[in-house]
Amino acid sequence: MNSSAYVQLLDLAKYFGKVKALDGLTLDIAEGELVALLGPSGCGKTTALRALAGLQELDRGAMIVDGQDVTFQKASNRGMGMVFQAYSLFPHMTARENVEYGLRLRVHKTSGQKRKARSAELLELVGLSTHASHYPYQLSGGQQQRVALARAIAISPKVLLLDEPLSALDAKVRTQLREEIRRIQVELGTTTLFVTHDQEEALGIADRVGVMRNGQLEQIAAPAELYDRPKTAFVAEFVGLTNPIAGKVNGGSIEVLGGVVKTLPGSITSGAGIALVRPESIDVVASKSGNASIFSASFLGATCRLSILMSDGGRVTAQLPSPDAAGLGAGVSVQVSLLDIPVFVKAAG
Amino acid sequence: MRQTIGVKIWRWSIISVVAFYLLVPLYAMFDFSTKPFGFADSGRTFRAWALIGTQDNLIEAVTRSLITAAIVMALILFLVVPTAIWVQLKLPLLRRPFELLCLLPLAIPAIVIVVGIAPLYRWISINLSESPITLAGVYSMLILPYTYRSLSAALDAVDIHTLAEAATTLGAGISRVIFGIIMPTIKTGIINGSFIAIALVLGEFTISNILNFKTFQVVIAQIGRTNGHVAVAVSLASLLFVVVLLLLIPTKKRQGAVLDVDLT
Repeated sequence: MNSSAYVQLLDLAKYFGKVKALDGLTLDIAEGELVALLGPSGCGKTTALRALAGLQELDRGAMIVDGQDVTFQKASNRGMGMVFQAYSLFPHMTARENVEYGLRLRVHKTSGQKRKARSAELLELVGLSTHASHYPYQLSGGQQQRVALARAIAISPKVLLLDEPLSALDAKVRTQLREEIRRIQVELGTTTLFVTHDQEEALGIADRVGVMRNGQLEQIAAPAELYDRPKTAFVAEFVGLTNPIAGKVNGGSIEVLGGVVKTLPGSITSGAGIALVRPESIDVVASKSGNASIFSASFLGATCRLSILMSDGGRVTAQLPSPDAAGLGAGVSVQVSLLDIPVFVKAAG
Repeated sequence: MRQTIGVKIWRWSIISVVAFYLLVPLYAMFDFSTKPFGFADSGRTFRAWALIGTQDNLIEAVTRSLITAAIVMALILFLVVPTAIWVQLKLPLLRRPFELLCLLPLAIPAIVIVVGIAPLYRWISINLSESPITLAGVYSMLILPYTYRSLSAALDAVDIHTLAEAATTLGAGISRVIFGIIMPTIKTGIINGSFIAIALVLGEFTISNILNFKTFQVVIAQIGRTNGHVAVAVSLASLLFVVVLLLLIPTKKRQGAVLDVDLT
């Protein structure tokens, strides 16, 4: 256990009847770090976030923030800033009043002058200084979430908690606001825990991404590492696209598609296995006597995605740089092989 | 969208029928209250309306009824509303029983309620006070079905859980959450419920009459026994008063006061 961590979640457990929302979750977050928790719905990521906010009681475990045990501290005294999935602005207050709300309360009491300056500064930070006297119903969804973000940051929270704050927004606003959240987080150096089921979101802005499953952390790593070196089949399949291709495992390598590639740690070490191959780890060249034919091709700009029908009946998706894919269209006979990139291999069957 | 002539005709004929149904009795009351009575008058006379001011007990009864209504309103604001919010927020399992409890006064005939509470009010009259204002107690129970309906509708329309959690993480305690965040948010529901309750309190007759309390309606009935014209004039005046009260219920969003919440 890393004792220098700013936030430590130790062996958190929460059971709803037979459902294990959290089943021994342990997680460290360094000061100023943005950690995203990613996972399918029901994996316990939101429960973990709510537990840290003090909105969810736990059956077991401890939470330490900045050297202080906050496990039994009331939510109102914890000083966590939270942005919710649902719009949560107080409807009877203007944007400015919403931002100032926390600063009026005893815990974060601030004098009128300072409060005013702070709310102006924060609304400026989220790009809404011209909307300070608007009521929530006069703001768009994206604007409401910006104000909610400003409100959460206003109290200078120990940890900023983001509970799928972008999921109610449309795609364009989502990407824009995502980057803005990251910019503000880096600028202020606020330690942040971000919960999402959208991997693009998590991989796009987090320092580290934790993949959760059944109330436990499967793997936590930097986005690139998570993608390139998954430690479990679940992580490999959940993050990014993979092609399951059968092969024969022998120690630290697997024989697949007529070639041999190294396997990642955590893979099985013998017998029949299924390699989980990224589309961009597949090499495709035109060949009259090839082992496959192209079923369909879609141009994505810099890359081209090919759907390939193998001669044994299997389907494989490959993603090639567009220049390499020139001349590879539907019906073309091709030779498919793997690039020399380690793959994760799970047991067959 | 343009309306066809047919739709317009339908709309106006329905409105006319309803208006006829509602306004004719009112006009009849007005007509009766301005008919001559006694020997001195002929044609139209407003003597009955003028006599309202000279009725003993009447002003006193109106004042008492208004005070009672104010107490009932205070009970709604500080007891019923916080309880309804508390149940919705913290005790979701109690929602159904609470709803059932609130609807009970509607299911029990007033006369049965009177029989049940008569001994209690006898004790209150002897030991506490003989004032009709003590009726606020039983009234605040009678108004529950109406108040609860409008409150629960308002509470269902807003995601009060998220609002409460947002306020909590910002440092608000439970009383601040209820009085500072959720009550202003469901203001329309509270105002609607309260006005309906006031109208009900001002119009209640059965219980106060049987328990022998001189409330507004009881005094009107007494006047009616001596002078029907004046009684009708008073009834009409009180009806108009209640209508004015109900018209005060805000219906639209206004700048500076968000009265209902659009979460979509």
